[in-house]
Amino acid sequence: MTAQAQAQALTASSPPSRGGFRLTPSALILPALLYLIATTQVPFFMTVYYSFFQWNLTIPTPVHPFVGFGNYIGLLTDAQNFRVILNTLVLTGGTLFITLVLGGLLAMLLNRPFIGRTLLRTLLISSFLVMPVVTAVVWKNMLLNPVFGFFSWLIQQFGGTPVDWLAAHPMGSIIAMVSWEWTPFAMLILLTGLQSLPDDQIEAARLDGANPWQEFRHIVLPHWTQALEVVILLETINVLQVYGEIYASTSGGPGVATTNLPYYIYQRALAEGNIGVGSAAGVIAVILTNILAIFMLRLINKNAATGGHA
Amino acid sequence: MTTLPSKTAVAVRNTAPNKSGVQVRNSLLTVLTYLLAFVFFFPILWFVLASFKTEAQAFAIPPIFSFSPILDNFRVALERYAPALANSLIAALGSTLFAFLLGLPAAFALAVYPTRRSRGVLTWMLSTKFMPAVGVIVPLYLLFKNLYLLDTLPGLIIMYTTMNLPLVVWMMHSYMTEIPYAIYEAAKVDGATVGQEFFGIALPLSLPGISATALLAIIFAWNESFFALNLTTSDAAPLSVFIGSFKTGEGLFWAQMSAAAVLTVFPVIVFGWVAQRQLVRGLSFGAVK
Repeated sequence: MTAQAQAQALTASSPPSRGGFRLTPSALILPALLYLIATTQVPFFMTVYYSFFQWNLTIPTPVHPFVGFGNYIGLLTDAQNFRVILNTLVLTGGTLFITLVLGGLLAMLLNRPFIGRTLLRTLLISSFLVMPVVTAVVWKNMLLNPVFGFFSWLIQQFGGTPVDWLAAHPMGSIIAMVSWEWTPFAMLILLTGLQSLPDDQIEAARLDGANPWQEFRHIVLPHWTQALEVVILLETINVLQVYGEIYASTSGGPGVATTNLPYYIYQRALAEGNIGVGSAAGVIAVILTNILAIFMLRLINKNAATGGHA
Repeated sequence: MTTLPSKTAVAVRNTAPNKSGVQVRNSLLTVLTYLLAFVFFFPILWFVLASFKTEAQAFAIPPIFSFSPILDNFRVALERYAPALANSLIAALGSTLFAFLLGLPAAFALAVYPTRRSRGVLTWMLSTKFMPAVGVIVPLYLLFKNLYLLDTLPGLIIMYTTMNLPLVVWMMHSYMTEIPYAIYEAAKVDGATVGQEFFGIALPLSLPGISATALLAIIFAWNESFFALNLTTSDAAPLSVFIGSFKTGEGLFWAQMSAAAVLTVFPVIVFGWVAQRQLVRGLSFGAVK
């Protein structure tokens, strides 16, 4: 909040005079503001409202009984739902770990001068731009298929036996797909972070006889803190919401092995018509995400305050 | 992206005693980079190749790497793909247009006439971008059903505008604050109105920012799948829904599926390559530049 206050002071004080036009500028902001309120805040409060009622679209009743926190209690006491929460966390945590390691490695590799550097960076960002549903159908069929998939063929070349990836390692397969999509994101942000590291700092360390690990640990890593924070927060917020990849590959299965929170909400509310329970799960998802979003917004504002407005 | 470490700096580094050792290590690292880039690009390469194969070739084990390319898959895919393509285009372009219509004036006012509350308004707008879609989908679905907006393009455009509006306001605000304030002051001295400042100064001077932000907005709307899969079924179904239909039995036609995938992914990848300098700024909302 202090960072926000600083930012306010900074933005407010920079232009010297702004008298006379107060009404018109705020009229310019109002349409955007009202639009966002109408399409995000209003439906969210309706979600909160619905979450207190027993309401199933498939059971036509004239009144929907008020059940208080009943839907929440039901959600949080059903053992199977812990699996859903656990799946969501495993998917997010696993993806985060893989993308940070691979993205960091690629960022460091790309931060050296060599022939074809721009071309490789361009090729490497491509997987981030692939539509999630395309990723899912291509991986599911052409790469992960136990009989005709490329990975099975590859394994056989090395003397292994083919694996039915989506049946034997469903969560691992989903994590692999999502990591494939998000590694370029981590790489791009971390590469930008690296490029602002002054060359002379590394040279000075090398003259002092630092080995690559010391160089990484004491110079690169401290400089990377902010880029890492951005990657971790934005990726977490986005991977918590993964839906298309699961929808088009495993449909949450086998069983509930790959059902995460968004897919669970889709199943309850839209497939089964259980408005009350689906809404309660939606509220839980929003609370989970908002805790992270608060940190992210603080980080963005901190940067806007220190580096942004000249 | 422009701060490429200079070759001279490296040359200086390499004059260390173990020069040849460093060079060997450097070329090994370069080989590793090429290898990793190939591995990462391979899934894309694989379905691009498959899109030019016959169905039998696409299925073949061991995989076929050399073949005479055919275009039949694209012809078949285009026939069935055209309506979804049209829907995706309308939804992506329409929502981007609306996001700019609503967002540009707001960004301008927040950048050029900041008040005590401006930072708070900006932050709040950005915070709506972090609202999970599952937190609003249930009432939206019911509202859309009652308003006959389910499976319609206006319905999809409404939600994609919501998705892109905070991005547009935030990015355009950041580009417009980079315009020197003295330019506005000079215009004010000449008696320019708010409208003249907007159309005469802010818009033309932030054109590069507008194009970069528009590319990002189009990419996000094009690739969106949650609202598409839950708010449309057939009439307004965009490409994500069309491709999603390959998840079941139709997924047996790998060559056709690949052709559809290529057509779906190609425009966005090209846009992304073009906008890659702005990508970092847009993806991190300016937290990393």
